[in-house]
Amino acid sequence: MTTLVERPDLTSPDGPRRPDEPVEVDQHHPHHEGPTGLLKWLTSTDHKVIGLSYMITSLVLFFIAGVMALIIRGQLMDPHGTLVSFQTYNELFTMHGSLMLYLFAGPFAFGGLANYVVPLQIGAPDMAFPRLNALSYWLYLSGSITMLLGFFVAGGAADFGWVAYAPLSEAVNSPGAGADLWIVALALTGFSAIFTGVNLVATIFYLRAPGMTMFRMPIFTWNMLVTAILILIAFPVLFAALLLLFCDRHFGTHIFTVQGGGVPVLWQNLFWFFGHPEVYILALPFFGVVTDVIPVFSRKPVFGYRGMVFATMTIAALSTGVWAHHMFTTGVVLLPFFSAMSYAIAVPTGIKFFNWIGTMWRGQITFRTPMLFSVGFMLVFLFGGVTGVLLASPPVDFMVHDTYFVVAHFHQVLVATTVFAGFAGFYFWYPKMFGRMLREGLGKLHFWFLFIGFWVTYMPQYVLGLWGMPRRVASYPATAGWTTLNVVSSIGAFIIGFSFLFFLINVFVSWRKPVPAGSNPWDGHGLEWFTSSPPPHHNYTHLPPVRSERPTWDYNHPEHRTLVTHEGPGSGSGPGEGAPAGAEPVGAR
Amino acid sequence: MRLEARILIFIGIFFAIIGVIYWYLSYEDSGTVMLAAAAILGLLPGGYYLWWSRHMKPRPSDDPEASIGEGSGTVGTFPGSSIWPFVMGMGAFFVGLSFVFGIWFVPVAAGLLIGAMIGATVESRRGGEV
Repeated sequence: MTTLVERPDLTSPDGPRRPDEPVEVDQHHPHHEGPTGLLKWLTSTDHKVIGLSYMITSLVLFFIAGVMALIIRGQLMDPHGTLVSFQTYNELFTMHGSLMLYLFAGPFAFGGLANYVVPLQIGAPDMAFPRLNALSYWLYLSGSITMLLGFFVAGGAADFGWVAYAPLSEAVNSPGAGADLWIVALALTGFSAIFTGVNLVATIFYLRAPGMTMFRMPIFTWNMLVTAILILIAFPVLFAALLLLFCDRHFGTHIFTVQGGGVPVLWQNLFWFFGHPEVYILALPFFGVVTDVIPVFSRKPVFGYRGMVFATMTIAALSTGVWAHHMFTTGVVLLPFFSAMSYAIAVPTGIKFFNWIGTMWRGQITFRTPMLFSVGFMLVFLFGGVTGVLLASPPVDFMVHDTYFVVAHFHQVLVATTVFAGFAGFYFWYPKMFGRMLREGLGKLHFWFLFIGFWVTYMPQYVLGLWGMPRRVASYPATAGWTTLNVVSSIGAFIIGFSFLFFLINVFVSWRKPVPAGSNPWDGHGLEWFTSSPPPHHNYTHLPPVRSERPTWDYNHPEHRTLVTHEGPGSGSGPGEGAPAGAEPVGAR
Repeated sequence: MRLEARILIFIGIFFAIIGVIYWYLSYEDSGTVMLAAAAILGLLPGGYYLWWSRHMKPRPSDDPEASIGEGSGTVGTFPGSSIWPFVMGMGAFFVGLSFVFGIWFVPVAAGLLIGAMIGATVESRRGGEV
């Protein structure tokens, strides 16, 4: 069934409307329900259904990969651990990384959260290409299944690490179907990401509501736009690299093998040209989540809106010019260039921190669960970011390359963004998705166990790295003195694992004993809080006038409108809380 | 629309500059090619958008004063439920798997994929209540 979404002609005979009068927009067909049950999940092109499919699938994969991490940590509690064999250990850390990075973190952000939230935030009825959106999901699901199939073939799953460095991932060193399945899985999910990127760009460029200019979009939408463009830059390179690797393995080419005149480092160049933007593809959406959560729970508009946008774009642009800082120790890269570019990224990231703190400054902060996760994100990401600046310095990098220092660094960065900020977004938008609340108490228990477990897990790993413990080892000498800290780190990992029980209980409780959320439980700012929870087919029956970057707030609090918009001269942040009581309600212009 | 164009052109110019600097500092091929490709990725659609922004009617979504009513009319065509994305996804899945487990299966899987593409296209062309 194809539906044309009409916005009715609103120049009605009832005379001109008041500017703040909500307007009927969506006179959709009366029978839009479509199929139900399993057929609904198979055939739906509704961005909300697809977004939920994405989110559920990626969370399942997150838990699978989390269990792998616990097994890895269990193995390392004993210097000569015998929990798994060395071969299995190699497969586990490869699949843990692959699942978390390719199949959880990215799809959770741009497939799950963005798919669901971006059309709502800009007042669009759906994504621009709904069937392409559905295809993205099916490619993602088949990619995930393909990757997991590796465990069930002879020779086991891929075991060359999630970066698949070339001589090791060649057919001679990694025979067997597991490695091929890994390559095919990444090709499938790569296309899913590219399609989602195209879809997001087209949606944001073409389907914004009237008055929703680019500089009134919520920062989450802005970040998703930039992320989508980054996807379009990065993922085709990955696909090309995978294709070359596959040709090397099966069709007799020698692109990455020295024997045939190939260049193994070329794989690293291609991979990291994808891989470093990929890190920001994973981080930027979650920066956006945090930037949407903090103003709501500080009851202020976001501080430095334009600065946030430009910081996002600068981070994205710079991130594509720093790929070889992963390859310093190969000895064939341009150290000063990549070091300087990597340092430069700290500046826009610092701007973001400044603006987050500026948003909270003198706000009326309430530490509901999403806010707690957001503040937790800032603390833990700060540590990951600072050690990242350290690693951008070639002398330091030469010393700690491929040690646990690097492991701790990127886990802190990625757990901060994808887990802390990711679950901030999940707790934040869950009421919108299901029309019911999650319990605050359980959410806070989840946070505190996660937060404590996080530090206990990763801080010892920095020390281990400085002491020289290499990454990706299944055993280590008992005399090295690394045992105690490894045990501490493993205990922390189990605390993190334990914390997710509270999350599961929370979802279960909210399912069995629902607390209705209403359309706007947090007194939110963006358009998504204007429609019902969950939103109807094609999202909106009414839209408020869009006069600032927080239209729903303006509509609900006409006496505290966002006074300054970002359109004219003197733009900056809107001093929303600064409107003195009793001031005339001033529409922005 | 002009701002959208500027974002993409900014990306293109940035990578063009970075690419030139990188080439003169390193004379390394692969990175330079990728940076050049990224520059084109920004400049091509950005240039098109810029051209188009000068030829199109102004849109209410670019007008800070627009009321919701100005957006009345057709927003776009949004297909309803369709089985073809699923079939297409499974086709791609089987194509991928046949590259691993047996290349002989590619024609069957590709048939599924192409059939689904035809199905989706026909569905679009019929339009309306399918």
